[in-house]
Amino acid sequence: MSEIAFYGAVETGFIYGLVAFGIYLSFRVLDFPDLTVDGSFPLGAAVAAVCIMNGWNPWLATFMAIFAGMAAGAVTAFLNVKLGILNLLASILVMTALYSVNLRIMGRPNVALLGEDTILTAWENNLSLPYFVVPVLLFAMVALVAFLAMWWFMKSETGLAMRATGANPSMARAQGIATGFMIILGIAIANGLVALAGALFAQSQGSADVTMGVGVIVIGLASLIGGEAMVMPKTVVRALIGCIVGAIIYRLAIALALNADFIGLEAQDLNLITAALVTLAIVLPNMRNKLRLKIR
Amino acid sequence: MTSLGKKMVLAAAVALGLGTAVAADQPVVAITQIVAHPALDAVHKGVVDELTDQGYVDGKNIAYMHESAQGDTGIAAQIAKKFAGDNPDVIVAIATPSAQSVAAAVRGIPVVFSAVTDPVEAKLVKDLDKPGKNITGVTDAIALDKQVEMIQQIVPDAKKIGTVYNPGEANSVATNEKIKAFFEGKDLELIEAPATKSSEVLAAARSLVGKADVIYITLDNTVVSALEGVVQVGEQNDIPVFAADTGSVERGVVAALGFDYYDVGRETGKQVVEILKGKNPGDIPVGQLEQLNLFINPGAAEKMGITIPQEVIDSAAEVIGQ
Repeated sequence: MSEIAFYGAVETGFIYGLVAFGIYLSFRVLDFPDLTVDGSFPLGAAVAAVCIMNGWNPWLATFMAIFAGMAAGAVTAFLNVKLGILNLLASILVMTALYSVNLRIMGRPNVALLGEDTILTAWENNLSLPYFVVPVLLFAMVALVAFLAMWWFMKSETGLAMRATGANPSMARAQGIATGFMIILGIAIANGLVALAGALFAQSQGSADVTMGVGVIVIGLASLIGGEAMVMPKTVVRALIGCIVGAIIYRLAIALALNADFIGLEAQDLNLITAALVTLAIVLPNMRNKLRLKIR
Repeated sequence: MTSLGKKMVLAAAVALGLGTAVAADQPVVAITQIVAHPALDAVHKGVVDELTDQGYVDGKNIAYMHESAQGDTGIAAQIAKKFAGDNPDVIVAIATPSAQSVAAAVRGIPVVFSAVTDPVEAKLVKDLDKPGKNITGVTDAIALDKQVEMIQQIVPDAKKIGTVYNPGEANSVATNEKIKAFFEGKDLELIEAPATKSSEVLAAARSLVGKADVIYITLDNTVVSALEGVVQVGEQNDIPVFAADTGSVERGVVAALGFDYYDVGRETGKQVVEILKGKNPGDIPVGQLEQLNLFINPGAAEKMGITIPQEVIDSAAEVIGQ
């Protein structure tokens, strides 16, 4: 694996680590299977790209993307909480609608950002680092900020109420927690994180494309579960670290597969590798537990 | 990276057992495509065949790397970065998203894109005749005047042209915009029926019944993959269906004036050879296929209630079903 391919994998890993944060919040904390992410990832890309094309400051454009993602997540949760639509179905509905919304926002299926000023441009111009290291550094910092914010939030009173909502809604309600509000807030934050990832991805890849959301949920899940297998997620901090670790390892595995001619693997086998990886990650912890019981 | 650096990377990759076993002294051509798909695979084959015909034989005096992103932009990005790191002599990027991710990932390595409908809109090049920088390529834009001429030769009173397309495909939207601009001021109208997935194509085609004189299908992956639905609507309602890709003719459309994606690959291969021989990509104008072939299907025409004039039949490159 070359240096550029390695840094590229880590860079993409940090971006999908943010997706994994979002999926951790919806799937693990709130127990809400949320497929909105397949739409909010390109939504974030679309909003950031269009704002940048209109001459906005790229950081402001990125913040707009977060708000757009939060709005999308809030709609999904609203459909579930207030209108009583099954959570999975609600998220599928919003994901489907977002396809049209994204086309409307962009005005066409692909908005190119090649040569535009992005959040990376200033860094590339002012740091005397190889061009492929810059996005890794910047995205690592964004991921760190998101990590600290999530850590702080999960320990806050609202965060604890949200965890209680996911763990046992009836108990949480009995304690006077507004569970509906918690779900709406949580899914909004989750999709805000995913949209942030989309915005970063578009800026690093040079375009926002309406098809770029396909399979984001699977990759996010693979990262989350893979990370959990690596880092026992006993605490929030460990779970969040697991998200980043899982996402980076997933991307390194793909980079390796792209280089894996020596064992006869080809590009077309990547999806199979993904499935095998997720399966292994799910099965391994169980096997480890069983093994431990036997040893005792 | 210098050629010494390149050799070191290759040596390191081989030492790790991770790289393609490539001797460092022969040129390396890396090909990436967004998804495996008959038209895009044909481009790939065309590139390789053209290079072979010009004396670059795989494994002898040239080496290839080839990856498909399977429709996943995240993987497309990683493929682009892998190639950027492997530092091949030329990178061929097939279809818009792959070309954009390569353009974003590499610095200085010559890039040849292929099957991109609007390279300027995609910000790959600033100018079609003088691309500048390290990127050139071949566009698969269709010559609209010739398409309309072909339709009107077969159906002289066709004024309302219906089309089914996927609003999510950049190439299709770009083509439709160009058609509308081309129809401006002429006594012609484009009636659009969107279908976001192949399962919606039949319904979209039905929505054109009573509105369109003919149906014309551009190079839209979604619609072409579900073409039979459109053909069925054409046959049931006597609306002649035309297409931009010749492969659709044997699947039941009346006629197509188009190019073979294999030939797009051939054209791309010519540019690759020029670059391998030392030309600067920025000096090579973006290529467009001149050679258009008329494919017709008289049996399909009959089913759709029209007859193809004899002079058109005589001028066809291929008559299907005879």
